[in-house]
Amino acid sequence: MKYELVAGLETHVELSTKSKIFCSCTTEFGGQPNTHCCPICIGLPGTLPKLNRSVVDYAIKAGLITNCTINNVSKMDRKNYVYPDLSKAYQISQFDLPICKNGYIELSTGKKVRINRIHIEEDAGKLTHRRGDTLIDYNRAGVPLIEIVTEPDIRSAEEAKEYVEKLQLIMRYIGISDCKMQEGSMRCDINISVRPKGEDKFGVRTEIKNMNSITFMAKAMQYEFERQVDLLESGEEVVQETRRYDDKTNTTESMRGKEDADDYRYFREPDLITINILDSEIEKIREELPERPDEKLSRYVNELGIPEKDAQIIVKYKKISEYFEKAIDGVSSAKTISNFIIGQAFRILENESEKEKFNIKVSPENMRELALLLEDGKIRSGLAKSTLEKMLDTGKSCKEFISEEDMGSIDENTIKTLCKEAVDANSNAVKDYLNGKEKAIKALVGFVMKSTKGKADAIVVENLIKEIIR
Amino acid sequence: MDRMSKISYIHDLLTKKQMSCEEITKKYLEAIDNHNKELNAYITVTKDTALESAKRIDKKISLGEDISMIAGIPMTMKDNISTKGILTSCASKMLSNYVPIYNATVFDLLNDNGSILLGKTNMDEFAMGSTSETSYYGATSNPHNLDCVPGGSSGGGAAAVAGNIAVYALGSDTGGSIRQPASFCGVVGFKPTYGTVSRYGLVAFASSLDQIGPITTSVEDASIVYDVISEYDPKDSTSRGRNQEITFKLLKNSIKGKKIGIVDDFFEYTNENIKGHVEQAIKVYESIGAEIVHIKMSSIKYALPVYYILACAEASSNLGRYDGIRYGYRTPKYRNIDEMICKTRDEGFGKEVKHRILLGTYVLSSGYCDEYYKKAQKMRSIIIDDFKEAFKLCDALIAPTAPKTAFTKNYISEDPMEAYANDVCTVPVNIAGLPAISLPCGSDKDGLPIGIQIIGNRFCDGEVLNIAYAYEQETKNTSFKSVDMGVRL
Repeated sequence: MKYELVAGLETHVELSTKSKIFCSCTTEFGGQPNTHCCPICIGLPGTLPKLNRSVVDYAIKAGLITNCTINNVSKMDRKNYVYPDLSKAYQISQFDLPICKNGYIELSTGKKVRINRIHIEEDAGKLTHRRGDTLIDYNRAGVPLIEIVTEPDIRSAEEAKEYVEKLQLIMRYIGISDCKMQEGSMRCDINISVRPKGEDKFGVRTEIKNMNSITFMAKAMQYEFERQVDLLESGEEVVQETRRYDDKTNTTESMRGKEDADDYRYFREPDLITINILDSEIEKIREELPERPDEKLSRYVNELGIPEKDAQIIVKYKKISEYFEKAIDGVSSAKTISNFIIGQAFRILENESEKEKFNIKVSPENMRELALLLEDGKIRSGLAKSTLEKMLDTGKSCKEFISEEDMGSIDENTIKTLCKEAVDANSNAVKDYLNGKEKAIKALVGFVMKSTKGKADAIVVENLIKEIIR
Repeated sequence: MDRMSKISYIHDLLTKKQMSCEEITKKYLEAIDNHNKELNAYITVTKDTALESAKRIDKKISLGEDISMIAGIPMTMKDNISTKGILTSCASKMLSNYVPIYNATVFDLLNDNGSILLGKTNMDEFAMGSTSETSYYGATSNPHNLDCVPGGSSGGGAAAVAGNIAVYALGSDTGGSIRQPASFCGVVGFKPTYGTVSRYGLVAFASSLDQIGPITTSVEDASIVYDVISEYDPKDSTSRGRNQEITFKLLKNSIKGKKIGIVDDFFEYTNENIKGHVEQAIKVYESIGAEIVHIKMSSIKYALPVYYILACAEASSNLGRYDGIRYGYRTPKYRNIDEMICKTRDEGFGKEVKHRILLGTYVLSSGYCDEYYKKAQKMRSIIIDDFKEAFKLCDALIAPTAPKTAFTKNYISEDPMEAYANDVCTVPVNIAGLPAISLPCGSDKDGLPIGIQIIGNRFCDGEVLNIAYAYEQETKNTSFKSVDMGVRL
């Protein structure tokens, strides 16, 4: 029998508001343990939460960009459970009146993954287990989160992967989170079941908690799919339970069964008042929303003529696309800039996080200046590239490396004369070349390039030299 | 002392330099030394800081600076109101070593106005009870009869004020915890409109019902203290502040033509003696020009179960944080964290608190939530609407504060249901978030005080105080015997 995977995702996204959701402590990541805390976020007796309104605005942004309806009236609820990282023994979350509902994210296939709801809540502290002791750091307690819950619309690990990547990208675009899975600012829970293909009814689902990497998430889904299919094939039943993924063994294991599931005893948070959201507030936020990544991509490809692969790379990093947009202003071929970024700038960016930060020494204005020299034919691409490399090293403008003389064009006769000079002055290299040492020609080309200070076109020079030798 | 406002009397003594604040404060500290053994009203006495504060006030006066009405007035607060650097135990073993690192907003307001904190007063554990017997620090006694309870849960504050070992006290009222002990001790207890006094720093019992208010010897004093503490507080999202000018200005208004409503359901469990006194009070009101109207409120009879379901539900959540991890009591012996939390809670909480946590957890549990908690929430809206309707017909309601006078110690503990029924006249007020005051209207054959309750519409705190003041002025508390104890000025 053929089986189909059915999955829904719950994604927690840590919001990058300056202060926590219910107090004025900083949300900054890191810091000495328990230094970003106050009586409110450690839940001292008698303290009261005060809702940080920008958390609501961030959630509205997230809702609008994912095509959700925004509830004009919303409220906070208490989710009661006991765990040492939860200082009040309840998490302030939203139960039946989330800020956003009924949205979707469209995948590249055109398929829509429906979003059931987006609600706001507070994060818990962090436990560290060391030599039989458990240490608690409440710096993260009270950091605002949104939880984005999909309908069970996902049918493969690939779809899940694309959904999370898209979500990550758009959340970064609207600037509400850095969505770093490895730092925990984005985490996924997967609800997964299988059913025979063609069947309408859902199978019994399991939940895999706290996936902190997209790769592991896909692996975990694949494993869990196969495990459940194996169970059904051998006549056994899938048990509704919470499971944990072990990336070392690439398996999932049971954490707790349905009967051990917490009864959260949700009830309305009496310390907070109703959240009223005016249509005018929603519209204001809608107007301020940036271009969606998919809209941006199609503009880059269709209007700017950037190859799709390059456009995807630029769109993938918000900072890069911002840089790109600034640098192309006034440049007739945006491709020159995209080539500079992907060809040269990327060489010095060692990893994803550096690409995300895109903290290069060359300003968009300076890169534009260089591109214009190239476009006007004042310099050739070889010189442009080497100059850009120097600029990336030093942060200086291209004028520092290119002289007026460099920018004068060299006529063909001068080049020919120089080539002849090169052949005459390097008889050894000529000999080597004629004896079949192809590389020896490079020395001759280099001679010419040096005397023209890189202004000549290396390919033209090479061809000229070859002609002379023959 | 023949005038009724102790605060303005002491204020005059101070400003006319007839007595220094230090002298007055010392008198109160001495009186505490003499009487706290028998009353057990105080858990903590803050002698040194009280004297320091007193000296500061004396200096201000000597420099000719203006001082507020409550500056230099020795007072006390219930031990569930956070005081930086001073034990705030909630009369529980669980918090018997808990010293807050921040002040409740009300305490900041009082400090800003120069009040003198004498100490922190005894109460029922976590404000759960109406006798002040469930305290980890032992029961408080009623100054009128040491064998009787002072009521609760703010029993320590009421006993301290009645026993003249504090000028006034701040208490908290979740289901009657200011008014009922005030009534048992023959003093004035004012529970303001929910939201007018900041709850920031009040250790939560039932967040949607809790409200801080004053216990005083006169309505005028209640008004003076209330005007100081009823400021809007941005730290409390449910805070609204007073919503009107100071109540003190309204106090002496004539109540001629005011309509005072009577709802029979409030009298249902009330004994005949108390009924008689309340009827007497009604006659007094008629005599000074108030119009009496009879009003039906069919939802009042459901107030008690609604209250116990909602209060316990919220309490079960609010008290979840006491796990021995960050502060407070921790069991000495445990093998792992689960055992530590369980044993800490088992050893740290008293019986009544456990009762209510269990009840609250139950009514919120899946499968029972619809039947209990949600139903109670719906009923709460109905009660609120019923009060709204009632206040279309009258300006205030009059009712007994408690169905009985103070009972002897250990009496009620045997039957929890009977204890809960004692709150029948007070809980509807909290459910609807209304202002209500209890004031003395006489005493029973054993000399135990009886209280009447004036209940007003939301944010009509000034009117409630005005109506209560009119009664107090008219009767001059003649039918009432004060306690021969404590400070006499």
